[in-house]
Amino acid sequence: MDLSSISPTLLVASLMVAATPILLASIGELVVEKSGVLNLGVEGMMIIGAIAGFAAAVGTGSPIIGFLCAALGGAALSLVFALLTQFFLSNQVATGLALTLFGLGLSALMGQSYIGIKPPASAKLDLPVISDIPILGPVLFSHDTTVYVALALVAGVWWFLKYTRGGLILRAVGESHDAAHALGYKVVKVRIMAIMFGGACAGLGGAALSLVRVPQWTEGMTAGAGWIALAIVVFASWKPARVLLGAYLFGGVAVLQLNLQAAGVSIPVEYLSMSPYLITIIVLVVMSAHRNKAALNAPAALGRAFHASR
Amino acid sequence: MNMKTILASAALAMSAATGALAEKTKVGFVYVGPVGDGGWTYEHDQGRKAVVEAFGDKVETMYVENVPEGPDAERVMTDMALKGADLIFTTSFGYMDPTINVAAKFPNVKFEHATGYKQADNVSVYSARFYEGRAVQGHIAGQMTKSNIIGYIGSFPIPEVIRGINSAYIHAKAVNPDVQFKIVWAYTWFDPTKEADAAKVLIEQGADVVLQHTDSTAPQAAAQAAGNVITFGQASDMAAYGPMPRVSSIIDDWAPYYIARTKAVMDGTWTSTSTWDGIGAGMVGIGEISSAVPADIKASAEALRDSLADGSYHAFTGPLNKQDGSVWLAAGETASDYGDGGLAGMNFYLEGIEGDVPN
Repeated sequence: MDLSSISPTLLVASLMVAATPILLASIGELVVEKSGVLNLGVEGMMIIGAIAGFAAAVGTGSPIIGFLCAALGGAALSLVFALLTQFFLSNQVATGLALTLFGLGLSALMGQSYIGIKPPASAKLDLPVISDIPILGPVLFSHDTTVYVALALVAGVWWFLKYTRGGLILRAVGESHDAAHALGYKVVKVRIMAIMFGGACAGLGGAALSLVRVPQWTEGMTAGAGWIALAIVVFASWKPARVLLGAYLFGGVAVLQLNLQAAGVSIPVEYLSMSPYLITIIVLVVMSAHRNKAALNAPAALGRAFHASR
Repeated sequence: MNMKTILASAALAMSAATGALAEKTKVGFVYVGPVGDGGWTYEHDQGRKAVVEAFGDKVETMYVENVPEGPDAERVMTDMALKGADLIFTTSFGYMDPTINVAAKFPNVKFEHATGYKQADNVSVYSARFYEGRAVQGHIAGQMTKSNIIGYIGSFPIPEVIRGINSAYIHAKAVNPDVQFKIVWAYTWFDPTKEADAAKVLIEQGADVVLQHTDSTAPQAAAQAAGNVITFGQASDMAAYGPMPRVSSIIDDWAPYYIARTKAVMDGTWTSTSTWDGIGAGMVGIGEISSAVPADIKASAEALRDSLADGSYHAFTGPLNKQDGSVWLAAGETASDYGDGGLAGMNFYLEGIEGDVPN
């Protein structure tokens, strides 16, 4: 065992990269849930984003166009969900699950001819001098652009929800759609926009996986990342800053278990591999023990269908 | 292509298929990854294509990709057998028991299981001596490393993988006494995300050589992004990543074997056999050693390859001790294939490797 071979600086730097896909997906899902909609299709939208972004980046040679197409792809798929749940008032849980299955299948079909291809490299932040500062340089100033985009999105969502009128309306719709409707707000319109934002974020998260973190396309490559993103939203009790914490915690555990293995720590790998999921369960149990507090934080109209009957 | 042409060509294909059905030999392939993995499954599929090329109309092949190692594999094999397959190649270690189970139900169908050790009247086993290729890798890696840390991405702790680790280690150690191996088990044959993460972690912990026993090119991409790290193509040449980071490779060449076995089924001469060929027979190839390797290292690596090929040197030649210090092979003794302490069941590290083989 040689723990000194694990560099804390590099560990932090790599967990930020590892956490970016789930961070993007969970900040999008947070906005969706804040509007009172539960979209369990995150996994499906992520993987559609992964293949759409990959195909576009390979086709055009530009990772930026790839990311744009990933966001569009995720948003397009979420529109299916929006149509079914907001206009046809289908059950949100069942529709979300169907969306995941549909996304996984469709992406496998779309990706047939992209297996084993190298995507174009995306730009890394490389500031002269600053990126070379010990510790701070590798941790803060030498990542792929997506890492910063994700952080900016978290800050943006926090600011939007807390300080803008739009954010207030979105939260009102999520807390009580009837009241918001009575005040004259277009509940369905707000929700559709939130769902599409969530889809676009999930798509970006998928592309961060297929274009930056791996970078390669494989069937089912999200491998449950969408479900972790969903868990993180609950873990964070619908607060953007805590989503950041949750995503880094999950990313950290995933990277740490490989680091411990390479350092020769003789903990059976199975325990390390299941640790992120174990932590989710523990957090959910702890949170539900304080029932009132957790329940207070969940949007009151979460998962309830809205029909403007009056 | 519009719907009409699709339908027309489908109808054509069907009539052609039924017309020639009687005299065709049907060969099925069960793959653990996608044919586009650029590694293990890709090479098996090249073997399948070689069979098609060799026999043309007389053979019909079918394959299923991404078959999990477990009950699903049995379902796929049964399905192939019911579709009239005469010969089925099951191309991953984890298909061993499923192959034996299905073979018992279809005594007239011949099965060929790759890298396993369970035979039956209608089940042959075949594998390649990948560890010979690993010896050449270790020889190059030991001399190329500057940090003296070599990272190794293992798939599952099975004899085939452990042989590879041991072989690479002793040959790296022979040329560089200070060399240290860091081993990460990915517990998958094919998962680019996990493989990429594992490679990145090894590089962060100081490895400047990454050896992989998993099937995707993701570790190659991670090494390329890191810069001064070298890798070796696994199962396939992975030449797209040369001359850096990929400096050489182990190439599996299944085509001659697949052609020979298909021919044997056609001629009715097929019997259950156990084949284990290495560099000499051509089943294991060493990919072009790239310009990133200095000429003298390249020359000695090629000399090692040739001595393994002509049998003048065995990759496991004593004196070699097990990890706990007990004697495995006495001076001059070479490892036997089977039996106690044989290569087929190797489940221990050799002296000098740190860590334990996971259960």
